[in-house]
This record gives sequence, structure tokens and C-alpha cells, in this order.
Amino acid sequence: MIFWDILSYAAWIISGLLLLWILADAISVSREFDEELLISSREGDDDVLEQIKKEEGIK
Amino acid sequence: MTTETTTAENPQRISMFKVLNPFHVWALGVGIVLVGEFMGWNFSVAKGGAYGALIACWVIGLLYSCVAMIDSEVTSTVAAAGGQYTQAKHIIGPLMAFNVGLYLVMAYTMLEAADALIVGDLMSAVAAATGYEGLSPQPFVVLTIAFLAWLNYRGVFMTLTVNFVITLFAFLAIIALFVGSDPLNPGNILRHSDLLTELPYGWIGVVASLQFGMWYYLGIEGTCQAAEEVRSAGRSIPLGTIGGILTLLVAASLTWYVATGLMPWQYLGQATTPLYDAASIIGNPSLQVVLFIGTMFAAIASANGCINDAARAWFSMGRDRYMPTWFGAIHPHYRTPFRAIIFLIPIAVSFAFTGLLDQVITFSILSGLLGYTFMSFNMMKFRKMWPLDVIKRGYIHPFHPIPALVLLGLCSAVYFATFLGYGASLLSIMAFYIVASVWFVMRRYQFVKRGDQFTMPWPRPRGY
Repeated sequence: MIFWDILSYAAWIISGLLLLWILADAISVSREFDEELLISSREGDDDVLEQIKKEEGIK
Repeated sequence: MTTETTTAENPQRISMFKVLNPFHVWALGVGIVLVGEFMGWNFSVAKGGAYGALIACWVIGLLYSCVAMIDSEVTSTVAAAGGQYTQAKHIIGPLMAFNVGLYLVMAYTMLEAADALIVGDLMSAVAAATGYEGLSPQPFVVLTIAFLAWLNYRGVFMTLTVNFVITLFAFLAIIALFVGSDPLNPGNILRHSDLLTELPYGWIGVVASLQFGMWYYLGIEGTCQAAEEVRSAGRSIPLGTIGGILTLLVAASLTWYVATGLMPWQYLGQATTPLYDAASIIGNPSLQVVLFIGTMFAAIASANGCINDAARAWFSMGRDRYMPTWFGAIHPHYRTPFRAIIFLIPIAVSFAFTGLLDQVITFSILSGLLGYTFMSFNMMKFRKMWPLDVIKRGYIHPFHPIPALVLLGLCSAVYFATFLGYGASLLSIMAFYIVASVWFVMRRYQFVKRGDQFTMPWPRPRGY
């Protein structure tokens, strides 16, 4: 049935476009921003737990 | 969370957005798991019969209740991506952390591949039902992975909001099936009195069924990967995780009850889509459509959550230099671990293209099981090094150390069950992780900056 053939081709094409978009964006971001900034994240602590600590006077 | 201001002492930093709430956490955990209710759990029926599967459902439910409680307590203090990897890093040490990180990435990436395979196979089944035989599942496998990777790349809020909607639909589909089976009138549709038999292979069959009982719950521990992006992790992670395991216990029990009341154990034990088959037996076309969509949504939600979790585990390992730091990058606009997401796409597609669904799932289950075994030791050490009065927890699990000991005992039982059915797989997976550990110690550990990786504001552990 031609419907399923078309659907299969559409799935390949949409997949290709999505993956190309992701790759293009990743390359563009890597060029535009400093690498040190991109990998600068650190583990954070929890705001609510901090608030509880402050309320209870725990350092 | 946004980019922090730049000063000489405080260089500009970029971090993930804190935009999630307990419903997203629930959607992440239950979303990964719920596909196991639609297919897979029923292989436990083939091993232990209907009653054996019920025992597996509740015994493994106990295992995962311990996992959920332990995870909730530790994660409520470790508000960081990486989940159990980050816990292992802080509490046990680098080699354990490397292994746990690898378990997580492998478990989720394999499960993602299996979910995409299910979507592809469902499309092939629909094509066959409409008269088109031999439709290749591959384009739909790739489309599933590509679309979900794109969604994950674009931001965690939309990713997990979509997961919430489709997971809720899938859960309601199970409820609709239960209601549609007329449970208040036993014997009308449900025929437990005719179909339930004694244990066909005795108690050894029950033990063997434990491995497949994992399908009811595998992945609920993934909730803690959201810790760095959730508002108030100390409260949201326990709420979402405990809510998730309760949802799954209800869904698993309903699933068993309906399916075993409609199908003899000999058929149920080898069915591909038991809940859809149950809807077909009831004979309600609307229910069939709902269950088909529910199955599809459950598989998509699972793949979506797996991409989210695998990427965060890989990203965290990159951030700590357990893997190249290049993977520890965050997208400056979408605030997602974009390189980790991209890196895992071809790996997931490769696993999916093997078509070996049972082997892929077995690898995923065993990787998960290794992670749960670690959690029991982790919990004992966590309470010893940082007792309750030293670190403020968002949640404290009851009856310590009983849950940790029960978890260890049940993990041992599941290892034995897996050895009975998949001994070669178990040994080859162990060998894989041993080789990976040797590589880490010999080649990679030299790049890890031990001091830099401990950024949690915890006091010095007791005894150090």
C-alpha cells in the first residue's frame, strides 16, 4: 500500500531533518560560546533545604 | 536557574534551569516504567504461573519500595544531576561512581532502544492489520529516537510536561481496562476461578519469575536524575518518587488481576501485548483503541524519560572528568546537557537496529540490578558517615537499616533468578563492567580532579 511507503519515507526525512537541526545548532553554539562557559556548571544545593537550615539556625 | 554574574572571584557560570515540580518527577519515574505493565511483565507468568507472577509482582514491588525510599532520602540531600552516580561519588568513591554511572547510562540507553523497537513493531503490526505485510520498523525506530532527542535537546520543562500527559493517559488506559472488565461481577468477564491454577513449576518457578517481575517497576529510580532541575529538590523528589512507586504498585496489581482473569497462563506467558489482548477479549472496540494508544504512549514516554536520564548521567560523568569534560557542557539557551544527548543518539539507534529486544532488555535489567545492589551499601554508609543530626534531609526513610538489608536480600534472589534463565548474559555483563573498571583505573582516573568533584555543602563525614 502506497500510504505506508510514503509514511516510511516521511519518517526517514523528518528524522534526518531533526538530527541535522540538532547537529547544526550544537556546532553553532560551540562556535559562538566560550568552551569554559559551556562546561562551567557545578552541582548545586537545594534552595528549600538552605531555607530550612537558615530557619533552624544550622550552618 | 540562570547564568550567574561575573566577578573576579566568581567567574560566570551556566547551569540547568530549575523549572520542574513533583508532577514532572512523577512523570519521569512512572513514564520510564509504565511500558512494563503493557508488555514484558507477563513473561513472569510463563516462569511461575499466574500466582507465581503475583508473588513476583509484590516481592519485586517490595524491592522497588526500598529503592524508592532510599533514593528519596539520599537524593533529598544531593540536589545534583547524575542520580545514583553522584551519590556513589560522594559516599563510596570514584571506582564505584564510575561503575554506577555506567550502569545508569547502559540501563537507560538500552531501555530507550527497546522502547523505540516497540514503537517500530507496533507500527508494523498496524500496517499488517491494514493489509500491508512486511513494513520495516526501522524508520519509525529512528523517528522515535530523533524526535525525543530533539525534544530533550530543546528543554527539560516541555520534555517532562509531554511525558506527564502521555504517562497519565497510559495509566488511565489501565484503569479503563480494569473498569471495562466489570470487576464487581466476578465470573461475568473475569474468570479467575476457571483460569487460576496451582504453581506449574513449583517454587523454583516462582524464583525464576522474579527477573521478569522487574518489568513492573524498572526505572522508577530515575526520578533522582531530575534533582538539579527541580524546584525544592528536598521536597519534590521524595513526593514524586513515593507517589510514583504507589502508582506503579496499583497499576501492577490491576494489570495482573485483569490479565490473569481473561487469559490462561500458557497464553499469557508468551503474549507480546497482553493488555491490548485483554481489551480485544473484552470485545470493546473503544477500549482496544485506548489500549493501543496507551501502549504506544507508554513506550514513547519510557524512551523520552530514558533519554533524559541517560544524558544527565553521562553529562555528570563528563562534568567530573570521569569522561571527557566536553560532555559536561550545558546549552546556553535551552540549559540542557546537549552534547550528552547527541552522543547517545547513535548508540541507542545501534542497539535498536540489532532487533534483539530480549537481550537488550536483559542487559538493561541487569545494569539496573547492579545499581540497586550498590544502593543498599550506599545507604548503610550514608547513615554512618552523615547521621541524621549532621545533614538535614528533605525525607527520612523509616526502619533503617531494614529496607537496605531487604533490598540486598531481594537483589541476591533476582541475581539467582537471572542466572537460572540468562546465566551467560549475566556473566558477560559482569565481565563487561570488570573490563570497563580496569580501563577506568588504568587510563581514565588520572584525569579526575578529586577535590573539584565534591561541591555539595556537606560537613566533613564522621570518622574522617
